[in-house]
Amino acid sequence: MTQKFRLAEGGRINRDHPVQFQFDGATLHGYEGDTLASALLANGVHLVGRSFKYHRPRGILSAGAEESNALVQLREGPRTEPNMRSTMVALFDGLKAESQNRWPSLSFDVWSVNNLFSRFLPAGFYYKTFMWPASFWMTYEKVIRNAAGLGKGPLGRDPDRYEHRNQWCDVLVAGGGPAGLMAALAAGRAGARVILVDEQSEMGGSLLSGTGEVDGKPAADWVAEIMDELRSMEEVTILPRTSVSGYYDYNFLTLLERVTDHLDDEPDGKTPRQRFWQVRAKQVVLATGAIERPLTFLNNDRPGVMLAGAVRTYVNRYAVLPGLKAVIFTNNDSAYDTALDLRRAGASATVVDVRKAPRGALVEAARAAGIDIMDGKAIVKVNGGKRVTGVLIRELSEDGKTVTGGSQSIGCDLVAMSGGWNPTVHLFSQSRGKLRFDESLAAFVPDKSFADERSAGACNGSMKLLDCLTEGLKAGLAAARDAGFNVRKAPTAPKVDEAEEGGIMPIWVVPSGKRLGQGGKHFIDFQNDVTAADVSLSHREGYVSVEHLKRYTTMGMGTDQGKTSNVNALAIMADLQGVSVPEAGITTFRPPWALTGFGAIAGRNVGEFMDPARLTAMHDWHVEHGAKFEDVGQWKRPWYYPKPGESMADAVNRETLAARSAVAMVDASTLGKIDIQGPDAAEFLNRIYTNAWLKLPLGSCRYGLMLHEDGMVFDDGVTTRLAENRFLMTTTTGGAANVLTWLEEWLQTEWPEMKVYCTSVTEQWATVSVSGPYARHVVGSLTDYDKLGPKDLPFMTMAEMDIAGIPARVYRISFTGELAFEVNVPRRQGLALWRAIWEAGQKYGITPYGTEAMHVLRAEKGFIIVGQETDGTVTPMDMGMDWIVSKKKGDFIGRRSFAREDTARDDRKQLVGLYTEDDPHHVLVEGQQLVAEVKPTPPMKMVGHVTSAYFSSNVGRSIALAVVEGGRERMGETLYAPRLEGGRPVKVTITDPVFFDKEGVRARG
Amino acid sequence: MFLIDCPYCGPRQQTEFHCHGEAHIARPKDPDAISDVEWADYLFNRSNTKGVFYERWVHNHGCRRWFNLARDTVSDRILAVYRMGEKPPRVKK
Repeated sequence: MTQKFRLAEGGRINRDHPVQFQFDGATLHGYEGDTLASALLANGVHLVGRSFKYHRPRGILSAGAEESNALVQLREGPRTEPNMRSTMVALFDGLKAESQNRWPSLSFDVWSVNNLFSRFLPAGFYYKTFMWPASFWMTYEKVIRNAAGLGKGPLGRDPDRYEHRNQWCDVLVAGGGPAGLMAALAAGRAGARVILVDEQSEMGGSLLSGTGEVDGKPAADWVAEIMDELRSMEEVTILPRTSVSGYYDYNFLTLLERVTDHLDDEPDGKTPRQRFWQVRAKQVVLATGAIERPLTFLNNDRPGVMLAGAVRTYVNRYAVLPGLKAVIFTNNDSAYDTALDLRRAGASATVVDVRKAPRGALVEAARAAGIDIMDGKAIVKVNGGKRVTGVLIRELSEDGKTVTGGSQSIGCDLVAMSGGWNPTVHLFSQSRGKLRFDESLAAFVPDKSFADERSAGACNGSMKLLDCLTEGLKAGLAAARDAGFNVRKAPTAPKVDEAEEGGIMPIWVVPSGKRLGQGGKHFIDFQNDVTAADVSLSHREGYVSVEHLKRYTTMGMGTDQGKTSNVNALAIMADLQGVSVPEAGITTFRPPWALTGFGAIAGRNVGEFMDPARLTAMHDWHVEHGAKFEDVGQWKRPWYYPKPGESMADAVNRETLAARSAVAMVDASTLGKIDIQGPDAAEFLNRIYTNAWLKLPLGSCRYGLMLHEDGMVFDDGVTTRLAENRFLMTTTTGGAANVLTWLEEWLQTEWPEMKVYCTSVTEQWATVSVSGPYARHVVGSLTDYDKLGPKDLPFMTMAEMDIAGIPARVYRISFTGELAFEVNVPRRQGLALWRAIWEAGQKYGITPYGTEAMHVLRAEKGFIIVGQETDGTVTPMDMGMDWIVSKKKGDFIGRRSFAREDTARDDRKQLVGLYTEDDPHHVLVEGQQLVAEVKPTPPMKMVGHVTSAYFSSNVGRSIALAVVEGGRERMGETLYAPRLEGGRPVKVTITDPVFFDKEGVRARG
Repeated sequence: MFLIDCPYCGPRQQTEFHCHGEAHIARPKDPDAISDVEWADYLFNRSNTKGVFYERWVHNHGCRRWFNLARDTVSDRILAVYRMGEKPPRVKK
């Protein structure tokens, strides 16, 4: 095993469990407990990727969620995932990862020429360059996407299972570091239901990265004790490897739990790969810690330049030495810990501190350990390409703006930088908390809470361990109390010995002695390759707002969302504008905090569960008989039933002919059905529908149109009086739910005095509609034929009788214009009824038909379909349905709007029929526009459009319905329908919209 | 996601509800007695309040009852929930 940079002892890795993995095809070794990043570093691999725009070699920057550089393509095949942060990928046996954004190889990358031409690729380059000519964007885009892009998405279907879980708790603690552990302990002891969440594989946070003691024992032992106690509490849920991805209104938080991502075994199909939690928490404690800021100096992106805190984590937690000869570049005391730890681990360490004569216990400790401290100095350049080889150092002026004197060169293989720490305020900010700028930290910290939450520890700006522990304790107690718990046995804050730290010297751009952008780059946003020169350029170009800066430079818009870059960029901008950082403002932090795959968001709502289909009782029969299906609302409806060798047109022609020449049957179960009862039911219908309902006789059916208050048609259907105070309303298939809500709205909000009850019974009934000259023969053979006679069951009436031995409601209503019986039976007997009618109809050649034939048949009769002939801008009069609008009954919904100037116009679009003039077989296209006068090119005045168009075998030619301005007065006029595909417009003649049996005698027969 | 205290069912997730816009817009008693302008005002015009806003909600995946609530449109805080027919309570932001 060749883990050359693995320390001989220490760390929280499991040395008894070695692990083999592959990076870019090379086989490497690590240990259980490693992350991919720590294992790569243990093997001396620093070059892990290429940057987004310039394709510069990049290494590992951090040891946590903020990683912006070391993104890899993880796994293969349908499980592959791009942009995985190697610092967050737990190492497992057989792991395969590839570097991204390079071609043909990581070491030799063709697109790195972008770096040479980088002065032609400034901020806003894409906006400036590829805007002209506009039609070329498609070409540009392909090339740009190829050269940029971060990794590849999987091509196959995701084989894994993802779950959703809904949960509530009294106290949710985000972050399992010192503050979070104390908060969870305090709230847990109070008896609150607690969920403790941390992104890492184990709780402990910063305590796992250091070497300090808590309560007189090693910090890790203290963590283990607390965890033992938390695990023993029944109401405490501990979720490691879980990110709080979003903090929404009313303490609704989403968590992404990576359940099996860290295991070498593929999920067994029972355990989800990830679990997406949706938690409603009474109280929230945010203990999300802090993220270290990079310093902005020349070539600060070279592999081997890392955050100082991360270096410490690698040394102490993973027993990995990221370099043998280190330069620590800092503006504050915290990085001295890194120097001390590196030295203890056997590396050499030199500190370059921008502060003149820093004082602080850690500085003294470093000095005492013999570490060389170069104060008042700055790194003006990093040497090396694929790995740091050394740095140049010069004297820094007191204001930090210039460098003076000669430069000193130091050879090194590691630069550990610290520009101070930013409290991780993302979740606080998402919860609508207000931030303020803390001068002593030179960072934004929580100011005013909005939600029921409190921040504790480093995320609250408290960087000392003792403060973290104390604040965590207090926040946990307060949260439990506010969630309604009496706190009796409050834990005490543990004792910690801690060094006093000196102050920070904010330095946002480290001068190089040259103009920005010369001799190298000062990176701010590593992932999106945004430099200090870019920010400066956008300032010169007049960008004032931080939101504009962000979009123009794309700063903070990568997958890391600017976790390390945000404050640095704002501060540089503020500096250029000559204002303070808070005056320049801050961009809004938005969810999600963590990269969240679509699999987790979708959960199990995929495939057949994505949008569950509603099936009628006869569905299986339709399938067996080869039906093609159409989605109508959520229903699967038979569209047509092709026989072997038949095209759709063949099948539809056969089905429509059968309905008029013999007999045909359709599954009409999907129509919405609402049972309306109550003493005021008739009066209610009178107000809801446009026609009169009070005097409808028992057992009679009536067609009704429903309008919105603006007078526009909104639904239609036949309603039947079942009893004095009981009606059965049918609605369109797709409109059923909306109509029920509409009825309930009026009953509950406007007319609460009416005694009416509405119940959806759509699912309770199965409906077979039998149409055609032999309809009575077929249905009659299954019951007492005489009950179906023209006088016994006249058109537009209903009777109850047994059909094929099944109690049924038989309606004489017709949507085809033929003699028709609509037989309704309880759903569970629907298939039996269908089969019985099918059998009985055999000798008459009964033909099942689908929605397409149904549409053709009704169009032959000029019957409208709501949503096809109407579009929310159509009145009953526009549809030529004045006959259904009562002038006598008084007010109803929508009536007043008929008198509005626009509604009363006589040149409104009106329903007409169309015949094609030249070719009777040419079928127009639904939505095709109509013009009276053809011009060589658009625009032309459009006078209407086609709403339905079919070939009708019963009429023997194509027919169409259309709405045309003042159409009823234009019968016989010729219009033109320009074709989408070009060519000569189709000549059409305006006709009556009823094409077949204009007198309507057949249905009444 | 809001947590809405349905006056009939208690607190439930927002996804169970549907918002139907501004509350307390009564249908004119005698539509014929008012002008087209007044009718159009009833039909189309709604206030777009910054601050306390009274609106109608329906618990459509629950009890299917309609009710009103007062919401601060700036903070999205629900300040009061009350039944249909009840007078809007006086609320402070």
